[in-house]
Formats: sequence, structure tokens, C-alpha cells
Amino acid sequence: MRSAVGALLRKDLLLQRRTPEAVPAMVLFSIGTFVLFHFALDEREVTGNLASGILWVTLLFAAVLGINRLFVSEREEGGFDGFLLAPVDRTSMLVAKAILLFLFLSVVEVFVLAAFTILLLGPSPWGPLPELILVLALANAGIAVIGTLVAALAIQTRARDLIVPLIALPLSVPLVIAAARACAPLLTEGGAGALEARWLAILGLYDLVFGLLAYAIFDFLLEE
Amino acid sequence: MFGRGLKTLSLITVALIVGAFAMVFFYAPNDADQGFIQKIFYLHVPLAIVALFGFVAGGVYGIKYLRTGDRLHDLRSYVAIHLSLILAVGALVTGSIWARGSWGVWWTWDEPTLVSFLIVFLLYACYQPLRFSIEDPERQARYAAVFAIIAGAFVPLNFMAVRMAESLVHPRVLSTTGGSMPSDMRITFLVSTVAMACLFITLWKYELASKHATFRLRALKRRLADGEDAWTPNPRRSAAPTL
Amino acid sequence: MPALPLDEAGKYVAAAYLVFLALVLIYVAIMAGRLARVERDLGEITDLLEQRTAEAEDDERETVPR
Repeated sequence: MRSAVGALLRKDLLLQRRTPEAVPAMVLFSIGTFVLFHFALDEREVTGNLASGILWVTLLFAAVLGINRLFVSEREEGGFDGFLLAPVDRTSMLVAKAILLFLFLSVVEVFVLAAFTILLLGPSPWGPLPELILVLALANAGIAVIGTLVAALAIQTRARDLIVPLIALPLSVPLVIAAARACAPLLTEGGAGALEARWLAILGLYDLVFGLLAYAIFDFLLEE
Repeated sequence: MFGRGLKTLSLITVALIVGAFAMVFFYAPNDADQGFIQKIFYLHVPLAIVALFGFVAGGVYGIKYLRTGDRLHDLRSYVAIHLSLILAVGALVTGSIWARGSWGVWWTWDEPTLVSFLIVFLLYACYQPLRFSIEDPERQARYAAVFAIIAGAFVPLNFMAVRMAESLVHPRVLSTTGGSMPSDMRITFLVSTVAMACLFITLWKYELASKHATFRLRALKRRLADGEDAWTPNPRRSAAPTL
Repeated sequence: MPALPLDEAGKYVAAAYLVFLALVLIYVAIMAGRLARVERDLGEITDLLEQRTAEAEDDERETVPR
């Protein structure tokens, strides 16, 4: 299984390197959203709850873009058929795609966080950076898992671009609650507040539950 | 096949609902704090509880479908979620009316249960569009089952997250767990919940029987019309499962 | 929160219970529509069957040698 995951991941990364599609789009979209937020809220700088909320809503919408594109090459170029013919565990597709989405989100967040700091964020995020990375990583894992599930669910439907945001947004509400609340004290002006363990617990629980669930039912989304 | 016992069940449901409503208005005392308006509680909370259980039941039948491949399980799952959506609309509307009556606003974000319920409702509202956008019936059933399972697991998680997010829980006269309720209120509430559950099961069986009968009728018609020009494929597409 | 007087609260309680009643009645109406469709289908099937038996009888009569 490990070699299958590795092969799938290499294929996707190669595709991304040759024709970068998802990551630049997600970054550009996020920066555009920050500009919109600046004008919509008429704020030069944001802090605390507001900053955390803007950051997470933007990241989530950007993630939806990535989720939409996740299986497109498989669907359009017949990658599913090739994969199904190969004598490998089908769950390796889930693992590979979830890791890919996680990597996408992480790369996007590097740029987005930098842009956010420059454009909107009041306090410097460098102090609480380790905590911030921890929250981002946990939330990314959750988004990656449900994103892969939703993408696989939606790819075979006629209204794919409608179904993905419709299902992914309500599903990620607990993630956004936990991540935004966890980040809020970190982005407050004048000394970061402490990271609350209960939000990390929610994020971890979410990752665990949906990780196991995805592992159990992903097979059924690929069978032909 | 699905109609068996439906008559008895319907009669029990009618008796229970009438009894529950009679208890609400004639037996249960007026709430000391909220007064008469608290009577909505006996309608709103059972609606919400039964809807949530219906959603989870849809997930359980989804698991059964994936394990057995029996299309009847898909039908059961579909009908359970479909009915729960209707009850959920009722719960949201009655909750909104209650909020307007006792707090003067149509919607309040301080009530974690209400907020989580809205999120769950929004998620399940995608169930029918999802079904509708998949043409192949076998795949439709499979994907719908996967969705039902994911969403079923999401329900408790979501309630937990939202409840934790609201550090300021509204001062509640009645906790839904029934810990602080006077006994006559608690009995009324229990009877109302059981009545609502019975209503759900009755409607569920009713709809199953109706759908099943329609499918068999259609199959019969197709067989009879076979070879004649009169045959037309089902002109109306629907999100409902077909057998 | 002071308790609402009965005539104020009564409106809201009545509205809530009416919503429930309306939901159930709408459901009944939808099911009635479905029942009508089932009935129509059943009628078509019966017609078809009668037509067929009639045809079969005609065929039989014609094939009988005179």
C-alpha cells in the first residue's frame, strides 16, 4: 500500500509541477478575498476574533477550490480506470489524495499567512507561530479528509461544482469553530493569549472520527 | 409487505398524540418562569429529537445497504432522512416562534442546540440534490448511503463543537436532559416524545408502503405494456430511490 | 425574563402548534396526490388487461373453424 500511495502522490505532484493549477489559484483567490474583506469591513487592520474568522473563512473557501479540482484529472483522463485495474488497495487512493490535499493546503497557507500579515493582520504572528502551525496542521488534516471524501462523492455527479461547497461547508463547521476560536487569542494585539486545549481536542477528535470513517467507507466511492 | 401492522400503529399514534397534547394543555403546570409560552417546548424538542434520531437511523440503514446491497435498505434510509428533514423544518420553525415569543427575536445565536440543529439541517438539505444529480440508480444508492453515514457521524460531533463554542449558555428554565424538570412536566415531555417517535415510525412505514406499492405497480404496468407502443419511460425524474 | 401574559403567549403557542398541524396536513395532501397517481396507474393497467382479454377472445372466435 505504501508504494501505491507513493506512486499516486508522485503522479499528482508531477502533474502539479508541470501545470500548476490548484495551488496558485487557491493563493490568488485568498489574496483577492482579503482585499474584499478590507473593503467590505472598511478596516485597515484586524485582530483577535475578527482576524481569526477572516483567515479561516478565506482558507476554507480556498480549500473548496482545491477540493473541486482534486479528482478532475482522474475523471477526465481515465485515471480511475487505470487505478481500479491495478492490483492495489483502493484505500491508497484516499490516503494519497488526502496527503496531497494536506500538502496543497500547507503550501497555500505559507503564502496566505504571509499575505494576511502584510495586508490585514495587526499584531505580528511570529511570536505564536508554533501554536499557529499546530492548529493549522490539525485543521488541515480534517479538511484534507473530508475534502477527499466530498470530492470523491461529488466527482461522479452531474452538478459537481454545486455539490462540493454545499456539502463541504456544513461539514467543516466544527473545524472552523475550533480552529477560529483556537487562533483568536493567538492573533490578539499585545501578547498572544494561551492556546486552549479544548479546541485542539475538538480538532483532534474530528480528524480521528472522519479519518476512520473515510478509511472504512472510501472503497464504496470507487467501485465501478 | 410494508403495510403490515400499519393500522394498529396509526391508531396508537393518534391516541398518543391526542393524549400528549391533552397532557400538555391540561395536566402539565405552567412554567414558573416562562409561563404559558413554555408549552411550545413539548412540541419543539420532541420534533428536534426525533428528527435527529431519524437522521442517524438513515445512516444506520446506509451502513446496512453498503453491507448487503439490498435496495430496500436504501429505500428505508431515504425515507428516514426525507421525513426527518420535514420534522426538522417543523423544529426550526417552532423554535423560531418560541424565540420570538420569549426573547423577542426570531433567531438567537446563543442557543447552541438551535444553531447546531440549523447546521445539521443545512447538511442534510444537500441529500436530495446529491441523489438527484446521480443518474445511475445503483451508484445513486451507494453514494447516498455514504453521504448518510458521513452525515450521521457528523451529527454528534457538531453538537459537541457548537455547545463548547457557546461559553455563555442561555439561562435555561428547562434542561433538555430533564434533570431539573418537575415530575409532571417530565412525564408530559416523555409522552410527547414517544408520541412524536410513533408518528415518525408510522409515517415512515406509510411512506415505505406507498413507495413500494408504486414501484410494483409500475413494474406490472411495464410488464403488461411490454411489446406495445404505449410504453413510455417514467417521465418524471425524482430523487427517490427506485427498486 | 418576565413571563408573557396568557393572551400574548397564547398567540405564539397556537402558531407553533398550527405549524405542526400544517406540516402533517401538507404531508397528507402530498400522499393524497400520490394515491391519485397510483389509482390512475391501476386504472390504466386494468384497461390494458381488459383490452387484452377482449383481443384474446376475438382471436379465439376467429380461429374457430366454421
